[in-house]
Amino acid sequence: MANIISDETIEYVGILAKLELSGEEKEQAKKDMGRMLDYIDKLGELDTKGVEPMSHVFPVKNVFREDVVTNGDIREDILKNAPGKKDGMFVVPRTFE
Amino acid sequence: MELLNMTAVELAAAIRKKEVTVLEATKTVLSQIEEKEDTYHCYVTVDKEGALANALAVQEEINRGLKSPLAGVPVAIKDNMCTEGLLTTCSSKILGNFIPTFSSEAVLNLQRAGAVILGKTNMDEFAMGSTTETSAFGVTKNPWNKDHVPGGSSGGSAAAVAASECFYALGSDTGGSIRQPASFCGVVGLKPTYGTVSRYGLIAYGSSLDQIGPLCKDVTDCATVMEVISSHDAKDSTSVKRNDTDFTSALKEDVKGMRIGLPKDYFGEGLDPEVKGAVLKAAKVLREKGAVVEEFDLSLVEYAIPTYYTIAAAEASSNLERFDGIKYGYRTERYEGLHNMYKKSRSEGFGPEVKRRIMLGSFVLSSGYYDAYYLKALKVKALIKKAFDEAFAKYDVILGPVAPTTAPKLGESLSDPIKMYLGDIYTISINLAGLPGLSMPCGIDSKGLPIGLQLIGDCFQEKKLIRTAYTYEKARGAFGKKEDGAHGKAI
Amino acid sequence: MAKQYETVIGLEVHVELATRTKIFCGCSTAFGGEPNTHTCPVCTGMPGSLPVLNRQVLEYAVAVGLATNCTISRYCKFDRKNYFYPDNPQNYQISQLYLPICQKGRVEIDSEDGKKFVGIHEIHMEEDAGKLIHDEWDDCSLVDFNRSGVPLIEIVSEPDMRSANEVIAYLEKLRMIIQYLGASDCKLQEGSMRADVNLSIREVGAKEFGTRTEMKNLNSFRAIARAIEGERERQIDLLEEGKKVVQETRRWDDNRGESYAMRSKEDAQDYRYFPDPDLVPIVLDDAFLEAVREKQPEFREDKMRRYKEEFDIPDYDIEIITESKHMADLFEATVALGSQPKKVSNWLMGETLRLLKEKSMDPEEVGFSPENLAKLILLVDAKAINGSVAKEVFEVMFAQDIDPEKYVEEHGLKTVNDEGALRRTVEEVIAKNPQSVEDYRNGKEKAIGFLVGQTMKAMKGKADPGMVNKLLKELL
Repeated sequence: MANIISDETIEYVGILAKLELSGEEKEQAKKDMGRMLDYIDKLGELDTKGVEPMSHVFPVKNVFREDVVTNGDIREDILKNAPGKKDGMFVVPRTFE
Repeated sequence: MELLNMTAVELAAAIRKKEVTVLEATKTVLSQIEEKEDTYHCYVTVDKEGALANALAVQEEINRGLKSPLAGVPVAIKDNMCTEGLLTTCSSKILGNFIPTFSSEAVLNLQRAGAVILGKTNMDEFAMGSTTETSAFGVTKNPWNKDHVPGGSSGGSAAAVAASECFYALGSDTGGSIRQPASFCGVVGLKPTYGTVSRYGLIAYGSSLDQIGPLCKDVTDCATVMEVISSHDAKDSTSVKRNDTDFTSALKEDVKGMRIGLPKDYFGEGLDPEVKGAVLKAAKVLREKGAVVEEFDLSLVEYAIPTYYTIAAAEASSNLERFDGIKYGYRTERYEGLHNMYKKSRSEGFGPEVKRRIMLGSFVLSSGYYDAYYLKALKVKALIKKAFDEAFAKYDVILGPVAPTTAPKLGESLSDPIKMYLGDIYTISINLAGLPGLSMPCGIDSKGLPIGLQLIGDCFQEKKLIRTAYTYEKARGAFGKKEDGAHGKAI
Repeated sequence: MAKQYETVIGLEVHVELATRTKIFCGCSTAFGGEPNTHTCPVCTGMPGSLPVLNRQVLEYAVAVGLATNCTISRYCKFDRKNYFYPDNPQNYQISQLYLPICQKGRVEIDSEDGKKFVGIHEIHMEEDAGKLIHDEWDDCSLVDFNRSGVPLIEIVSEPDMRSANEVIAYLEKLRMIIQYLGASDCKLQEGSMRADVNLSIREVGAKEFGTRTEMKNLNSFRAIARAIEGERERQIDLLEEGKKVVQETRRWDDNRGESYAMRSKEDAQDYRYFPDPDLVPIVLDDAFLEAVREKQPEFREDKMRRYKEEFDIPDYDIEIITESKHMADLFEATVALGSQPKKVSNWLMGETLRLLKEKSMDPEEVGFSPENLAKLILLVDAKAINGSVAKEVFEVMFAQDIDPEKYVEEHGLKTVNDEGALRRTVEEVIAKNPQSVEDYRNGKEKAIGFLVGQTMKAMKGKADPGMVNKLLKELL
């Protein structure tokens, strides 16, 4: 395996992705990610100098809406699935120190 | 004809002629579901009451003159499309209690055409998988042999059609998720050109690759459903304005002069000989019908999988950030502070395959790796698109297998992710290039499992696929499951 | 000898655009709604929802870019900035990193050393976040997404400023330009204009930049000036102690007059930007840019030049009036209705500014119409009301934009021009105040002032003081 994934990398990616892996999951993730990256490294065989990266397949462009209010108050709907709500708002763990 | 053996179009005609009521059709399919669900488990949610109530309402509309080729026909919806008031889980614990307050545009299009929604079908969690085994709500079994997987990720939709637990279904296809399960379950599936069906209300996996499409009993149903669900949607910026969505006009038995290319790389190492034999036989049938069939070199086939997994994982890692335990879905019970709540909710709410792809996607986008992985993949994507452009300068349709093998046994695939990813080799480059792809049965292997044929068209050329598929279907004859005789007769 | 330090400052200015709807959905941007009443699936990150760009956002962004001498990108895209925070419903913010809409601009400011240019690195479009409210009672936070998805432009300057004064001059200049465009009201206190300060120090004469910090939560010019002073001192102290400045984001606490680092081990600051696949590229052609350019207003410099040629009013008046496009528009519209420029200017410079200051309002908030101001001037010109009555009427007009003619009529405020009635009143006043009359006759000129006042009082202010004076002198 060419790509050796360190504990630090898994830890770091866990912070980015907000995932907390158990010891066993971590070992598995290191192995999986290493193998996948080895596999992805295959793309390095291709010369892509001067190739424009393609994010959209079609030349669809300039899709706009007009600046007109179309939405009314649907607060009840918006809050319907919330695990915690209060005073018309979503409840989250304290964010202020 | 027995009701459950009817195609969607046949049933709609019978309803129009008042040979059967919408309620009768709905009740019949609901009792089929009741009978078969324990065995196959195609659905996450069956909305029995909703379907019965809806059946009466649709009958009213038909009586008042609703003209639609699908009016009154019961349909199953993959569980990653939002349905107002009806549980929508993506087969994930993290959305285990999520009830959308709006419906996806494709579903609304069906409802406007008088569809009766039966329920939501099982799938690989967030459409990540090729077997429907990554669902948090149990595995779906292949109606042809319940020891085998139905394929995925739209495995529930494909199996439901095969087991006559619905008359047709909607699926979504990011890397083969309609075509491969259609192949494994012996039904017809179509992934349209990117932008043809609105993605509004489809819970995103890889936004630049996702497309909704139909899974049906035959090509006629497939073209009919496509005609109903295609629309330009101002709510989806990537929706394309097309005025050629009269797909049923392509239901013609005529491939004279049609140029069909067989990519050599699609028939090489790794392809099961029985699958190869059946697909080549189908090609010969088309040649006999007047098509010009020849082999050619489609380059870059082996680079499609790493390109796909880089792009899809990157987009998924971002698309799935919104599942955080705040606005909807699962929140862990015990936590200390905000970040611990995020981490625990997500770690407990997502399954292993989803976590694997989120981790990979976060990594390839992270500082220092973006250029080497993500940007590189976008460049290779451009090369793959170019290779298809060159192929379609010479051919109207590309023909090949859908998957290297027929449906594997349950539990065989998940242990080795890379091997599982390799199973997508013939389907995923189509998503990268935004092309339409159709999958239809072309034989049965020695294990009694269906073999799929894939037809690939250039962008916006669904009609060529439908014409080719329809011609082949007529030549092939009816295709159905022996044991249940569910639809049509066995070949 | 102590080392001499130079402060190097760059600004990231966020401006909330004055659109009716949010950047990617049809929800209202109006202030003051109940929490979460201006929300929809798109701006709350519901599964399956998709963004569609508001055309007006693009037009405003291009307008500001043109007005700040930027190059407008003919091809631009949106990117996702990924970070988890509860005010960010998707846990990514749609913004622009790789291909921002405007680049390489500059604006001219007046600094202590004369005119100078501040470079603009780029301007990009993005969405605002929701609001977090701390709930003391339950010891939790509450999220309101009404502001989520409100369109912003972020104007990133080059590190071209060297003092708090230059920073303020730059901000005032930006605010003026944007207000002239009508693209935003740019209120720092209300958060429709927000500035983050990037600051580093280096020894005078040094070529390299020092390590910079980014300061957030600055919601007044005063706070910005104080924060710059505070951060400059903090960094100098660090260097003098032989320590290093750490590159970090700091939050300014204006009450305590100090900043603190906003750091957490859960905060990797690795935003994993990538092009948003849900939005398509924007390709701008000449026609679009021309259309935006044609809509550009006359900016202040040109206006000042023109006023000097067209109107006979002092330079000082011109400077003050053109500081606000609204005031300038009001001035021109009133003059166009036939009022004399100097008289219009007097009302704007005098009573209007006084009342604005008294009520701590912005010139943009002046609510009376040019028609009513012109009528008021006409009433005074025609001597239909006197000066003090005019001021009284103006105050009502300032508050409620009433029609001064009607108001004067309805409240009976017209000057009494009937000489007979006035003569009778003057006679009464003379009869009631023999002492003052005697004083006057004994050469105390001032006594007549008292008698004028008494007459005005008896007339309830509705007399022409000049005429009263004349009559008094005649009868005495």
